Amino acid sequence: MAIKDITLGQYFPGESIVHRLDPRTKILGTFVFLVTLFLVNRFAGFALSAAFIAGVIALSGVPVKFMIRGLRPILFLIVFSTILNLFVTAGTPIVQFGPLTITEEGVYRAAFMALRLMLLIFGSSLLTLVTKPITLTDGIERLMSPLNIVKLPSHELAMMMTIALRFIPTLLDETDKIMKAQTARGADFESGNLFRRAKGLIPLLVPLFVSAFRIAGDLAMAMEARCYRGGKGRTRMNGMAFSGRDAGALCVLVAYFAATIYLRTMGG
Amino acid sequence: MRIEVKGLTHVYSEGMPFETVALEDVNFVLEPGSFTGLIGHTGSGKSTLIQHLNGLLRPMEGAVIVDGVNIADKSDAARALRRKIGLVFQYPEHQLFEETVLKDVCFGPKNLGCTQDECEERALHALSLVGLDGKAFQDRSPFGLSGGEKRRVAIAGVLAMEPDVLILDEPTAGLDPAGHRSILDMVRQIKRERDLSILLVTHNMDDVARLADHVLVMQSGRLVMEGTPLEIFSEDAKLQTLGLSLPQATRLMNMLAERGCDVRTDILTLQEAEEEIVRAFI
Repeated sequence: MAIKDITLGQYFPGESIVHRLDPRTKILGTFVFLVTLFLVNRFAGFALSAAFIAGVIALSGVPVKFMIRGLRPILFLIVFSTILNLFVTAGTPIVQFGPLTITEEGVYRAAFMALRLMLLIFGSSLLTLVTKPITLTDGIERLMSPLNIVKLPSHELAMMMTIALRFIPTLLDETDKIMKAQTARGADFESGNLFRRAKGLIPLLVPLFVSAFRIAGDLAMAMEARCYRGGKGRTRMNGMAFSGRDAGALCVLVAYFAATIYLRTMGG
Repeated sequence: MRIEVKGLTHVYSEGMPFETVALEDVNFVLEPGSFTGLIGHTGSGKSTLIQHLNGLLRPMEGAVIVDGVNIADKSDAARALRRKIGLVFQYPEHQLFEETVLKDVCFGPKNLGCTQDECEERALHALSLVGLDGKAFQDRSPFGLSGGEKRRVAIAGVLAMEPDVLILDEPTAGLDPAGHRSILDMVRQIKRERDLSILLVTHNMDDVARLADHVLVMQSGRLVMEGTPLEIFSEDAKLQTLGLSLPQATRLMNMLAERGCDVRTDILTLQEAEEEIVRAFI
């Protein structure tokens, strides 16, 4: 089942230095990394970004095979954008197939986009691979807390995110179960035209919605039973604290960011 | 229908850090007309095993042979055979989706390509098999029924496909004692009327002792014991190490024997125990 291949949002258990960083450092790091990918304007910049992310992956102990597997769901997007860029970019022609022309600029841009997409996926999936969902949303909540001044309910938003993340695997399991149960009753989810397939989803979606509502009801009840009443006056069992590790990581991050800017502005 | 399981092996998330061996070299035969009990600790591979029996999962190694045909084949014969093996999942009521009970039970036969009349006829018959009055229930919404009724409707949904083999994964989970008993009585009744073979997955040793004529015991993906209920339940020590227990009646007789009473211990049901106690003491 393809459902099981999605690594985005999955956690890879470990005790590496990357796992132990403060979530705020990791969120900030990911954000900076994603920004640099859009600042890069030549291959030397990508070499630097690739080296940076490769270093972080190596430190985190997440197997490379696992990271590559995460690319599978967006493989189509990468191939599609590569082909599009190859053929529609104007410039100096290299090869000609009838009406289709591959230009030098096209090759350049296609490789550029493919690299950018792959690094984007690596960067963003690594964040959730090395951070527990709960820790991650705690970090987001803390990073957003200054916005409380403008009446942004940062705790409620973070709680919603926590719950949503927490229920991704549950709902995937539920989908898998219902799909199997209906397949055992002869349902067919894989053949027929678009209309038939869409109609074929009803036996899956109706029970799935019913389950989701049941689970949501149970969860609300369980939270109320433990006197949950929102973020006001709530304290944490495990407080967050920056440590030497985080200071080190932030230094590396700043150096990386500065190098990217340097590569962009120098030789151009 | 004879189902033969040969060297069945299945590994989840192969090559990943979460890799787990769910089944390892499992071999057994389900004879036609048999009533087999499948017991084992949670996580012993029971659910994975039964999903192989009707082709929902494909074996990584080994095969499931039904009447001489490997059901993982892509042939029409294999496809037809897979549909003759009805699988009722745990909490089957979670699969209900139609507006009315009748439409929901018709879903299976419709997928088999039956005509509307045929579907309804089968559905009404299946509803009567599970002990529901078709006329009274057919137009009700499945979501407005009680828990036990929902489960019966869901089981009817599988029976309407007229399987030759019925596999039930803990059909009594979450039911009260009365519901528990009536579902199992129903299973027994269906077996008598339709003459199908049944594989019952359960944690309840008393049910196995009372209903099954053949027992399979699984642990960590392996089939560790196989035999008649009497053979299985005479090995108390081994069952204990597997985290399983004896039927209550057997345990009672064992305890009596330990205290020096002259009673037989090859007892499986409450009724047999009663007779033996009457014989020994009165």
